[in-house]
Amino acid sequence: MDINMDITKDMFERVPESEKDLNTIVRPSETYWQDAWRRLKQNKLAMFGLYFVLFITLLAIVGPPLVKMFRGIDYATQNYKYSNQPPNSKFWFGTDMFGRDIFVRVLYGARISLTVGYAASVLNLVIGVLYGGISGYFGGKVDLIMMRIVDILYSIPMMIYVILLMLIFKPGLGSILVALAIAYWLSMARIVRAQILSLKQQEFVLAARTLGASNARILLRHLIPNSMGPIIVTLTLSVPSAIFTESFLSFIGLGVSVPKASWGTLASEALEGLQVYPYQLLFPALAISLTILAFNFLGDGLRDALDPKMRK
Amino acid sequence: MERLLEIKNLRTSFFTHVGEVQAVRGVSFHLDKGEAIGIVGESGSGKSITMMSVMRLLADNGKIVEGEILFEGRDLAKLPENEMQKVRGNEIGMIFQDPMTSLNPVLTVGDQLMEPLIKHKKMSKEEAFNRAVHMLELVGIPSPKSRMSQYPHEFSGGMRQRVMIAMALACEPKLLIADEPTTALDVTIQAQILELMKDLKQKINTSIILITHDLGVVADLCSRINVMYGGLIAETGTTRDIFYNPKHPYTWGLLNSVPNPKNLVKERLKPIDGQPPDLLKPPAGCPFAPRCQYAMRICMTQRPPLFEIGEGHKAACWLNHKDAPKVEAPIRRGDL
Amino acid sequence: MINYIIKRLVTSVITLFVVLTATFFLMHALPGGPFDNEKPLPPKIKANLEAKYGLNKPLYEQYVMYLKNLSRGDLGPTLKYEGRTVNEMIAYSFPASAKLGAVSIIFSLILGIYLGVVAALNQGKWQDRLVMVIATLGVTVPSFVIATLLMYVFSVKLRLLPSSGFAGPKYMILPALALSGYSLSFIARLTRSSLLDVIRQDYIRTAKAKGLSRNVVIYKHALRNALIPVVTYLGPLVAGVLTGSFVIEKIFAIPGLGREFVTSIGNRDFMLIMGTTIFYSTLLVVCNLIVDLLYAVIDPRIKLEA
Repeated sequence: MDINMDITKDMFERVPESEKDLNTIVRPSETYWQDAWRRLKQNKLAMFGLYFVLFITLLAIVGPPLVKMFRGIDYATQNYKYSNQPPNSKFWFGTDMFGRDIFVRVLYGARISLTVGYAASVLNLVIGVLYGGISGYFGGKVDLIMMRIVDILYSIPMMIYVILLMLIFKPGLGSILVALAIAYWLSMARIVRAQILSLKQQEFVLAARTLGASNARILLRHLIPNSMGPIIVTLTLSVPSAIFTESFLSFIGLGVSVPKASWGTLASEALEGLQVYPYQLLFPALAISLTILAFNFLGDGLRDALDPKMRK
Repeated sequence: MERLLEIKNLRTSFFTHVGEVQAVRGVSFHLDKGEAIGIVGESGSGKSITMMSVMRLLADNGKIVEGEILFEGRDLAKLPENEMQKVRGNEIGMIFQDPMTSLNPVLTVGDQLMEPLIKHKKMSKEEAFNRAVHMLELVGIPSPKSRMSQYPHEFSGGMRQRVMIAMALACEPKLLIADEPTTALDVTIQAQILELMKDLKQKINTSIILITHDLGVVADLCSRINVMYGGLIAETGTTRDIFYNPKHPYTWGLLNSVPNPKNLVKERLKPIDGQPPDLLKPPAGCPFAPRCQYAMRICMTQRPPLFEIGEGHKAACWLNHKDAPKVEAPIRRGDL
Repeated sequence: MINYIIKRLVTSVITLFVVLTATFFLMHALPGGPFDNEKPLPPKIKANLEAKYGLNKPLYEQYVMYLKNLSRGDLGPTLKYEGRTVNEMIAYSFPASAKLGAVSIIFSLILGIYLGVVAALNQGKWQDRLVMVIATLGVTVPSFVIATLLMYVFSVKLRLLPSSGFAGPKYMILPALALSGYSLSFIARLTRSSLLDVIRQDYIRTAKAKGLSRNVVIYKHALRNALIPVVTYLGPLVAGVLTGSFVIEKIFAIPGLGREFVTSIGNRDFMLIMGTTIFYSTLLVVCNLIVDLLYAVIDPRIKLEA
């Protein structure tokens, strides 16, 4: 054995307990949200998504008034002198057959498409969280009946109902929102219910109940906050699907009324002239695709960051 | 006695995005034919990784960095993958901790049992079926024939572990590696499974390596025990040596955490405080030193060699050095 | 098993009844009847027409009458196509949609699963990245954009494939590609993540410990488990292809039921809208039933009990 050379007797002194740190390898503790944010920041695609979403949202808010101020035109300004211009330094995205600036129309379209995306998601959230929360929290017969209803609605082609609803309401932004909200809260309700069901078995709920907390308090203070992760992910991913659905509706002629235009309407309008003026389709299509892509990246990133099972 | 397995200075690491995790840091031991030995340690001690290295079933980022794994003279560490496939399930069988998740839920038990027989023993379906039924009978599953066409979820946990044992032993391997085979089971079932393994060791004449964190489990089955800590062997010796003359404070801690039925009221179990070392940055000295109440200056800076205590009994602890203060092992004597 | 099927059939009938009732009353809540658009008709003629189709009767009578006819499989007459029944319209236009849909579904499944497996088995390598880029584009770019792009490149620029009509296999390639873009990508992503999850499971380690070859471990032990989520996606897949056909058939001018449906909406043809909706719903409910049964076949843990 080569126990080496320089072992001296003093090395066999006892090390006092106070000099030892038992927990040296424990990493500094972080809250759930700090941890999630750190993980999200490491995800380049998700951060791209986040920045793009912020950028396009900002653009939709400040873009139109700026254009109005500096160039004095808006989405409806027509100028036949410049009809069907290809992209150039004056008209960045070109013009359509009425000589309307496609760049300006895409900017205004962002307002409509994003409003639909955000507002429909918030409506879904409210309906879904209430429905799923009540169903999951009360359980038993209530849950059975409520979920049976969801099951039945699930097996119905929702797009068809959105179309029928769109026919009943007057065309416009409000109608689209209501139709989307009526049709698309189902998955949110299911996810919230599943979360609540698994959470309410846990000790902290029993503890709260032992302390005499009311049903409403337990639901609002304990259960829903603890289901926030999956809810946020579903919410993020429902924005692009609402934008998607809206563009689909616009495309088959059920969107906002002219001369207003969402990105879907712009794409639809461009279809007829596709052979000659493909750029008229390119920009609205790019706007839709990039935005949906960004929200999806962000949603996927959030899912990875917020899933405690994946924490290492 | 003839050597079946000899592991020499095995080092296994996992290469992660934060760096190299040195899970096994130079482990050597051997196993003779017909012998049963135990590898004991807490999670993260490297005991499972050592045996997964033998099976060459490490995750994609895991790698045997150094050392030899001589199985009947062949070095498994250097065997090509297709040769290794002929060893797994055929010459070395393995069972795992959690029988609830270790069987494929969408395939029948019979199908899973017959697979290795058809692959390694080139049996026909019929021969494999009969052999599988025989194996189920051997591990004590009632009405084995009708059980063949059932799915894992139709079996209880204990029954599934019996199926796992039947599957691992179907090809009559020379070595059975059992990785915490009883940990996930109820106490009464645990005893039955251990009894079954003891029984089959005789009948099939296989050697066994039992991996566990529970010293109580190895005592009955194994003739020798390796205690592992921090990717290293802490102490090795016969079961008698380890239980009656342990020379490593970690072994003392393990012994004190085994419940002793006769002392239930009088004594409390003593857990070992603290946490195992971070093998991403393994400590320079003894890995157990930060948790050791007898730690000396030298323990912090120099890794202890395996001190020879008696024949085949070694302990990696500086307390066994001639200059170290004498310490009385603080273990409960008696009826282990 | 039998009990389960009976139970599911009963639920399906209830679902269809809900659909039917909802559609009926939604249709009759529509502002503007079928004879209101375009140039206004003289009131007398309009009244005659309404009497002819029973539109002047109280709503519940119309409802009962409709149910009666439906129980005989009769979806009633169309309002806009003189002398043609809804059944005839569906029988005429559905085959094109069905062909296109079937090709798209098969295409999505085969290519989607294949790409997912390739990506999962090469996790982190270029194959994985390529598949993920394609799959991400597929789920984010709307089908009508994919359709118009395909049309622009392959029909307008390269002149390789026809851009409209439905006169042979050549006419199906572009629409089927556009129609399956989303589902193909979704299935590829689903298969990938599911397979990656499955190959970390204990039973895969067991299979490897038995000395099975890599192919047996992956295709026999892992893939079957990994495909369970894909099977659950079959229901939404059919629904997606069906909905997608509305725009795809419009863009490629395919004389299918999807295009007919969109046209009937513009025409306010109550009877045709209602008939098509009921037809679509039945199709979906039947598909969902089949998927549920299939699910039980592939996953023995699912017990088909009432």
